[in-house]
Amino acid sequence: MDNCREQQNVVSIRGVAKSYQRGGQIVPVLEDITFEIERGEFLALMGPSGSGKSTLLNLIAGIDKVDAGSIIVNGVDIVTLDESSLADWRAAHVGFIFQFYNLIPVLTAFENVELPLLLTSLSRRERRDHVEAALSVVSLQDRVTHYPSQLSGGQQQRVAIARAIVSDPSILVADEPTGDLDRVSAGEILGLMGRLNSEFGKTIIMVTHDPRAAEKAHSIRHLEKGVMVDNVHP
Amino acid sequence: MFILKLLSRNALRHRLRTLLTILGITIAILAFGLLRTVVSAWYAGVNASSSTRLITRNAVSLVFSMPVSYLERIKRVEGVKGVSYANWFGGVYITEKNFFPNFAIEPSSYLDLYPEFTLSAEQKRAFVMDRKSCVAGRKLAERYGWKIGDSITLKGTIFPGTWEFVLRGIYSGAEQSTDEGQFFFHWDYLNESLRKTVARRADQAGVFIVGVKIPQAAAETSLAVDALFKNSLAETLTETEKAFQLSFVSMTEAIVVAIRIVSYVVIIIIMVVVANTMAMTARERIGEYAIFKAMGFRSWHITGMIFGESLFITTCGCSIGILLTFPVAARFGEMMGAFFPVFHVEPMTIYLDIAFSLIVGIIAAIFPTARAVRIRIADGLRRIG
Repeated sequence: MDNCREQQNVVSIRGVAKSYQRGGQIVPVLEDITFEIERGEFLALMGPSGSGKSTLLNLIAGIDKVDAGSIIVNGVDIVTLDESSLADWRAAHVGFIFQFYNLIPVLTAFENVELPLLLTSLSRRERRDHVEAALSVVSLQDRVTHYPSQLSGGQQQRVAIARAIVSDPSILVADEPTGDLDRVSAGEILGLMGRLNSEFGKTIIMVTHDPRAAEKAHSIRHLEKGVMVDNVHP
Repeated sequence: MFILKLLSRNALRHRLRTLLTILGITIAILAFGLLRTVVSAWYAGVNASSSTRLITRNAVSLVFSMPVSYLERIKRVEGVKGVSYANWFGGVYITEKNFFPNFAIEPSSYLDLYPEFTLSAEQKRAFVMDRKSCVAGRKLAERYGWKIGDSITLKGTIFPGTWEFVLRGIYSGAEQSTDEGQFFFHWDYLNESLRKTVARRADQAGVFIVGVKIPQAAAETSLAVDALFKNSLAETLTETEKAFQLSFVSMTEAIVVAIRIVSYVVIIIIMVVVANTMAMTARERIGEYAIFKAMGFRSWHITGMIFGESLFITTCGCSIGILLTFPVAARFGEMMGAFFPVFHVEPMTIYLDIAFSLIVGIIAAIFPTARAVRIRIADGLRRIG
């Protein structure tokens, strides 16, 4: 029964705690967080600034370490992985979408999307096919040679999404993906993320302040002062 | 390929900063190359010296001469192949600014002992036969536009008066290290004049050049020569030509050391400049490195990017610096021909240029790399926005 649930849940978070040291003082950020995310779920994490939602996202994505608890993703307790194993795990399982797109300014859209594939054993031709496919998903086939500075904010975020999905990860983590976009572009990005979730079955965990963005998610979890306060299905 | 593209584009992201850094490295490499070449030129006489020649001088000082009659006695020493003699003349051409080394020599024996001064048989014959003749090195003749048959007048400083010569030969150096800036004339011509004017200075030789049959026996031959004149009025000191030349260099050793130190200081300064550039670069890109790490790139990827960029910049500067060193050194050599008759960039200087640029590139990248590698991804991502 438990095994069955594990298989259904792509992420299982149990008793996670995290604190930071600031000026010699230990500041708790997350306390005893326990919840599960189902495969194919589109989850929105909400909460006021400093509530610990981005920290929780970083822990799930394996770019920060917990103080206590476990995070099991696709059956792997990532808390037990060392730095290099964690790097390999991230490359294979997680796609990142950031608020400020975080594209490499000296690389074209094509090259930015190609970056994660450099860590794989794919041939140059195979990489090109993957990149073209990812860019077509985000409808940017005609912008492959453009540099980030030649693209609008919405287009840059679409390139970032293409980069996030090009290696076909099981989880997409998005930290305020619409935070730097106008309303129209934000709508497009959320629509695209919805498509990735519904058509391609991607599990998406999104941190957002924007209730309109959260509405697109299947479920919303609220954090306040490092504690999970409720679970709402919009 | 992708990595090279990324390195070059990253390096040119701040074009002005990168170009200024490359320019700084270029100037440093150029300065280092020139200073090293100056030091090499300083030692040119030492490097050009032959192990088959000994120099016999007055044991008290080079300022004092020796009776030319020593010649026959030295010739009889075992192991001696040939002997010649010369006097430092110290004349100037027209004005004091036109100074070059000029010697009164015994032509036949001297040229036999210095085969590196190549002269056509015809010119050599003309020089030997005419007591008022002289020969000049190719570079010296080019500097003053002298041609065979020209009349050349030197003003004596050690031997006062106006001395007229006819140029009968222009020698070339058999090797790159051969000094082509010297001037030779007949010792007899000088001596005849001295007999008439200052008789006590006549029949004297400044140095004897002793050719030895076996270079390995040079020490024994030196001792044997000096033993001949022990307790005489003009005791001798015989040493290898290299040691003789080094004794001149040692007089100016402090200057050479200072030049050497300055050349290394230049490298240290540029190391600091490149380190500063790389530190600024890495600080600006901490967020990007965090993104790379988040995507699964390892620390050694980040290390490769920073070291690659640093080495790309230093290699560019070094290449341009080396390319410029040759023409600039040639021009410098022309301008300073009177002081540095042999002035050419040695292969070792180029090897050192390359080695130093690599060292600078590596050292400049160490601290920014350590910082970029150590930073936590979450902290790095927080720097963006």
